Amino acid sequence: MFSVTLSLLPAGIINGLMFGAIYALAALGLTLIYGVLHIINFAHGAMLMLALYSAYFLFKILNIDPYVAILIVTPASYIFGYTIYRWGIGKLSGGRDQNILLITLGLSIILENSALFFFTGDQQTITLPYSYESFDLGFLYLSYPKLISFIASLIICVLLWMLMTLTDLGKAIRAVAKERDGARLVGIDVEHVFAVTFGIGVACLGAAGCMLLPIFYVDPYTGNIFVIIAFTIVVLGGMGSIVGALLGGFIIGVTESVGGLLLGESLGQIGISLIFILILIFKPTGIFGSKV
Amino acid sequence: MKLRLQISFLIALSLLAALLAPFGISSKFQLDVLTLIFFTAYLGQSWNILGGYAGQFSFGGVMFFGTGAYTSSILLNTFGLPPIFGIFAAIFMGALLGLLVGYLSFRSGLRGSYFALITLAFAELLRVLANSVEFTGGGVGLFLTYAPGFYNLQFNSPTGFYYFSLILLVISLVIAMWLERSRFGAQLVAIRENEDAAEALGVDTLKCKIYAIMIMGGMGGAAGTFYAQKYLYIDPPISYSIALSVEMLLVTIVGGMGTVFGPLIGSFVLHAVNEIARHFISTPGLSLIVYGFILIVIISYLPNGLVGLFRKTRKSTEDKDA
Amino acid sequence: MLEVKSLTKRFGGLIAVSEVDLDVAKGEIVSLIGPNGAGKTTLFAIIAGFLKPNEGEVILNNTSITNLKPHKICKQGMVRTFQITQPFATLNTLENIMIGAYANTSNKSLAKSNAERVAEIVGMTSLLYQTADGLTVAARKRLELARALATDPQLLLLDEVMAGLNPTEIDEIVDVIKGIRDTGVTIFLIEHVMKAVVNLSDRTYVLNDGKLIAHGTPNSIASDPAVIEAYLGHGAAETMARGHKT
Ligand SMILES: Nc1ncnc2c1ncn2[C@@H]1O[C@H](COP(=O)(O)OP(=O)(O)O)[C@@H](O)[C@H]1O
Ligand SMILES: [Mg+2]
Repeated sequence: MFSVTLSLLPAGIINGLMFGAIYALAALGLTLIYGVLHIINFAHGAMLMLALYSAYFLFKILNIDPYVAILIVTPASYIFGYTIYRWGIGKLSGGRDQNILLITLGLSIILENSALFFFTGDQQTITLPYSYESFDLGFLYLSYPKLISFIASLIICVLLWMLMTLTDLGKAIRAVAKERDGARLVGIDVEHVFAVTFGIGVACLGAAGCMLLPIFYVDPYTGNIFVIIAFTIVVLGGMGSIVGALLGGFIIGVTESVGGLLLGESLGQIGISLIFILILIFKPTGIFGSKV
Repeated sequence: MKLRLQISFLIALSLLAALLAPFGISSKFQLDVLTLIFFTAYLGQSWNILGGYAGQFSFGGVMFFGTGAYTSSILLNTFGLPPIFGIFAAIFMGALLGLLVGYLSFRSGLRGSYFALITLAFAELLRVLANSVEFTGGGVGLFLTYAPGFYNLQFNSPTGFYYFSLILLVISLVIAMWLERSRFGAQLVAIRENEDAAEALGVDTLKCKIYAIMIMGGMGGAAGTFYAQKYLYIDPPISYSIALSVEMLLVTIVGGMGTVFGPLIGSFVLHAVNEIARHFISTPGLSLIVYGFILIVIISYLPNGLVGLFRKTRKSTEDKDA
Repeated sequence: MLEVKSLTKRFGGLIAVSEVDLDVAKGEIVSLIGPNGAGKTTLFAIIAGFLKPNEGEVILNNTSITNLKPHKICKQGMVRTFQITQPFATLNTLENIMIGAYANTSNKSLAKSNAERVAEIVGMTSLLYQTADGLTVAARKRLELARALATDPQLLLLDEVMAGLNPTEIDEIVDVIKGIRDTGVTIFLIEHVMKAVVNLSDRTYVLNDGKLIAHGTPNSIASDPAVIEAYLGHGAAETMARGHKT
């Protein structure tokens, strides 16, 4: 009995890594926003849900493959994020961090229930022409969508990292993250940089949504699942750390998948909240604590 | 002084009206709505003690409710303990959970968003646990038998539950009024306003926060028993629902955090919004969309909630009196 | 009454407080001076229990309080004020002071009358019902003092309660502090205003770069070359000495 489970372990780990890459991408958006703006975006999950629906409708109505839709949903998400920060959250953000948390909670309630209102509560999935084709790893058949999502997520993570370290924009963002007043003094338009960062964070979700759709499902409540996952990854990796988010994503992906294998589908989910709680209590700076 | 008299008079009058309401209201539906308003106000008040007075926002307030619901229901189903006693066990377990969560999180210095999120995680953890272990009935949930009677805290008419909820509400208001005039309440407010300063002035901030979350927990526990005996069914998604956590904070923030009547006013307003929205469009989600907007507007423009609106005018008249 | 033994506090690489020894006797007014960033506030924070020292010990009335939390230390009779005032912003002056008064009583009316008495001592009676966030800088400094005093301390740690005040206000608060001392409260204060330091203190310690560099009566301190150097930069004492000769 146990050995059967054990023999499934490598498959479980691989599977976890596949999802982990996408989680990492979603968490990257959250950690970037936190690292630069010092605000916690509770609507992060709901925004991912929105991205999933966008990819879903692009596929259903226009028959656009979700992996192609990345090119549409990502920039659209960026614009959405930029706008909602610049003329929404940012305007209201004078106060305490709890207020931002509550405002973004309000936003997530609005998004979630708008989805419920317009799209109903039904779970939606899509089937791609190559959904059932797979790649033989010897001990496991890895479906093409999972593989593509994995690789594409990694590529986007690398691109983001390059954006942050190699470009002028990245430098400006990091300057603002470190010393917002100093950055203001040397003439950086801080509010613009904040909005750009928020936009990039949401764009990560756009991409993550497109990659998640073929291997997952979407309903109005999908965001709830991911918001805790994303927060867990972010506290695990250290608030604001890009590398931490990547590693955290893999750890959480594998924990979830292996936990499900060993403890059963239902109890398996316990790992994530437990990790979240333990990290916050014992090591609130995260395990890989470097900042943006 | 005159004003205080007027307010006391108003409160007495409202209480009388509430006591007599079942004789005037013939519609069972309306009485049920009132029951729900009181119940939500009660839960809101439990959130208010920690969130409004002590300034520690929780996103997982439902965990006490759920734990209380399971406590009295399991005691009833497995050991035959009547809920009239079970409710005290529920209060105890809620407070105990409060102690645990409070000790762990406040001890490690969590505040602000981090505290909010860790409570959310605790609620999720409990939901998953309740879903997975046997004695909670797992995902199937727990069914309670319909056996109206005072010992079972079950009633064969909405009037019984109405009074039950009214009692809970009055208790919660009394607790809040006590906070307003006691040292403990003042210390909670001091913690909310400036934790370092409070600590410097001799306030045992850790202990106060833990007491506050324990009171919240005990109150939530009783609410769980109320719910279970009224609806005769609980399961993990109901018992640990994020939506209820949100509702608790929503009614309080809308009505006015750190005020005695904020949660009640918020509960009235939001239920009214709900009824109106339902009247026009029955598709689910609409009233919650409106709630979301209300939350954002209140946080951004009315940090003291609806009560804050009155209060400003009251303060200025009081100043004139003095 | 208060003894500090080889106290050291490091923030990462920075040594904010380095092997500081000092003592304050009952009934004294002792001052601590030093340039900005010398580590004075940090030292107070450690003494009052807000920071844990890396090394050393703090002893109050012959018992070690080194690892006690601030509220416990307050209960033992020592209370600090904050250089950057920390009012309970939405509460009024009376309610602010009452929080301090509640350290000794759970009775609301008693706390209220104590708070009113303290307000009178610091001269805030006319501001009792003003919310704290609407107070002027001078009033906020007084409020800090009043709240601390309301806890009925034996030893009061005052961190720059005169910074930002005009000369009249300074004279007023100097009188208030003297009055407090006359009621038997020992006072340890950080101050930049030299006139007040000289006027008030029995003894003065000078901190620079985390280290105590001088100690004595305020007048002897003012002419100590090491102190002048610390304040005015390297070589200053020599220059001044030469200047005096010519
Ligand atoms: N929490 C802290 N973390 C890191 N460095 C600190 C912290 N608090 C104070 N410092 C540093 O310690 C030094 C002493 O500061 P402080 O005690 O405030 O000086 P003072 O009160 O004498 O002006 C300064 O260099 C300051 O930047
Ligand atoms: Mg200082």
